[in-house]
Amino acid sequence: MFRFLPLMVKNSLRNRRRSLLTIGSVAVSLCLLGVLFAIYNTLFLGEATPAQALRLIVRHRVSLTQSMPVSYRQKIEQVPGVKQVMIWQWFGGTYKDARDPKNFFARFAAEPDRIFSVRTEYEIPEAQKLAFQRERTGCIVSQALAEKMGFKLGDRINLVGDIFPVNLELKLVGIFTEPQNEEVLYFNRDYLRDALGARNPRSDQVGAFVVQTNSADDVARVAKTIDDTFSNAPAPTKSESERAFQLSFASFVGNLKLFLLLICGAVTFTILLVSANTISMSVRERVGEVGIMKTLGFTQGNILGIILGESAVISLIGGAIGCLLAAFLCQGVAHSPGASYIQALKSLAITPMIAVICLGVSLFIGLVSSVFPAWGAARTSILDSLRYSG
Amino acid sequence: MAIPLSYNLRNLVVRKTTTLMTALGIALTVAVLLSVLALVNGLQSAFKSTGSPLQVLVMRKGATAELSSGVTRETFQNLKAIPGIAKNGNEPMASLEMVTVINLPSVDSPEGKNLTLRGLLPAGIEMRDGLKLQQGRWFNAGQREVVIGKSIATRYPDAQMGKSLRFGRGEWVVVGVMDGGQSAVNSEIFGDLNQISSDFNRSDGLSSVLLRATDAATVPALINTLNDDRRLGVSAITEKSYYESQTSAAAPLQFLGLFISVIMAIGSSFAAMNTMYASVARRAREIGTLRVLGFSQGGILISFLLESLLLSLLGGVIGCILVLPLNNITTGVGSFVTFSEIAFNFKVSPAIMLIGLGFALFMGAIGGLFPASMAARKEILTALREV
Repeated sequence: MFRFLPLMVKNSLRNRRRSLLTIGSVAVSLCLLGVLFAIYNTLFLGEATPAQALRLIVRHRVSLTQSMPVSYRQKIEQVPGVKQVMIWQWFGGTYKDARDPKNFFARFAAEPDRIFSVRTEYEIPEAQKLAFQRERTGCIVSQALAEKMGFKLGDRINLVGDIFPVNLELKLVGIFTEPQNEEVLYFNRDYLRDALGARNPRSDQVGAFVVQTNSADDVARVAKTIDDTFSNAPAPTKSESERAFQLSFASFVGNLKLFLLLICGAVTFTILLVSANTISMSVRERVGEVGIMKTLGFTQGNILGIILGESAVISLIGGAIGCLLAAFLCQGVAHSPGASYIQALKSLAITPMIAVICLGVSLFIGLVSSVFPAWGAARTSILDSLRYSG
Repeated sequence: MAIPLSYNLRNLVVRKTTTLMTALGIALTVAVLLSVLALVNGLQSAFKSTGSPLQVLVMRKGATAELSSGVTRETFQNLKAIPGIAKNGNEPMASLEMVTVINLPSVDSPEGKNLTLRGLLPAGIEMRDGLKLQQGRWFNAGQREVVIGKSIATRYPDAQMGKSLRFGRGEWVVVGVMDGGQSAVNSEIFGDLNQISSDFNRSDGLSSVLLRATDAATVPALINTLNDDRRLGVSAITEKSYYESQTSAAAPLQFLGLFISVIMAIGSSFAAMNTMYASVARRAREIGTLRVLGFSQGGILISFLLESLLLSLLGGVIGCILVLPLNNITTGVGSFVTFSEIAFNFKVSPAIMLIGLGFALFMGAIGGLFPASMAARKEILTALREV
């Protein structure tokens, strides 16, 4: 078969404009398909990091916006398999002008003495860690956020509360690094409590707990035990792995899974149509030539193979270009402001696996779209094809 | 003289397989765009038909959503005394409300979806014009009874007349189904303010106040008075603009949908270009003949461009037909403003279909321009000699 490869390449170069347009249209479609696969992959198939796999998030069953009594902590700590529990409170609020989406980043109240032992992947210089534990109004930010906002140690960061009726005047005392490029700020929960005042009923309420387990195998069991414990309490809980928790934000937007799959289907079908159309055009132009080739001794199988191969070559080239484009696009999306909202999008990339799938899809499209025209050309009798005029 | 349109039509019919395949490619692109637009349109009309321009929603200063707002009963009493509020008999038309979110299993997700629960008094129901009961009766004061919106009744198996829902401190009986036309109320659950606020430990931590102004002219003055009164510490906007601003819930899907349609459109215009180039190449002699007969270069350019536009128009029409079945299908989108799901219908309106047709024609124009200009520039003699 491979000895016909030069012939296939020559054939595809014959009408360059057509081949280029076909390659172009396969490339843009596969680029789109690649990006959608990548989104699907990071959202629904991504693996948790080892540190993440040990953690689960406990929140009110309804949503993060509803709170639970802080006393739940003692009960959660008693569940076998639990190593540590940290309070994790979404603060929200606004920083400077809320209308500028650049000013949106996650702000949490947490416990300075526990945060680095619960989130073991966070790395911070010892002096800054101590400063965070010592200064009540201190706050720390991730490296990614510091770079985006231009924060420096010692900066004042003022947050105006919305969910909480208080304004916070924070001082930046530390910048930590972590592998996921999160954009996040943590401050001391004690400061929030002071600001609310001890008499405010909300100072004894928390939005979520981060629970660290002893081993990743415990996570499912611990989650179930916690939820069972509070199932009849006024504030029932929902415990899920940290990864599932992050995903719940993406799926909240709607039935994203179905949406992505439907679009992928429509895109694939469209490229199939486009390339089937082109291939049949070029086969039709060549019926007479096929007659001559057969007279020269090419078998039906040869003819079939040559036409299938030509189409496969064209769509594989298109697929490869599409993959490259998709890789650039994914980079762009991962650094776009939209990725601040959905953490998983930050790791959007064309993995080797996705590239292989994309190339596979383009090969499939090349073969399927040419099978009918090729079969037709191969079966036409010599006389009919020689008599055929364009 | 222009080349008759029937020449192009006939050509498209003669090469029907190619025509259909190219048109289907365009049709699918248009269909993707239209389904996203229909979704956004449906959501927008749900929010736009919610709220009256005469009514003012009052929340705590700084709060952007009812869910994160807090209002005390004392503030409510002070608010009622403000001039400019319409009267119903002797009582000012003002409704103190509490909004929270509960979780119920739905048809799409057995895990449960969030729904907005609103506690209010009979005055609040009266202030919602156009809201009527579809089944059953309104809830009674002091009872654990709720009335559900009609979209909830169809999407949540647990929320049915006579059944009971578990939230707060116990079971609540569904005593009615309400119909708010197209509005967002269809995705809410209503119950007695006092009963709900005590169940959620928020007897004095209520969410918002709805006021009716005496007439349209007093609305801005009323809003100004409320915003400027530092003692009250509230911010006010019209009920209508509050709901309109929530259409941003569709923004992520809208963005993704537009992005996908634009990329698909590039692919489809390439395909249209291919078809038209092939069409031009096969008709070289015809083009030469037309020129000999006296048709101008411009005439040929226009003729081939028109053919490409016809082709894409066919695609656009098929695309519109493909999305028509979506019309009025109910779906739900989660909103980060209410932290709950709003149900609405896809709306394939004529305006949207026009956008789709325009989009298709645009692809056709891009795809047809180069082949048509190539056709127009052909030398008469070479064209006639081509096979």
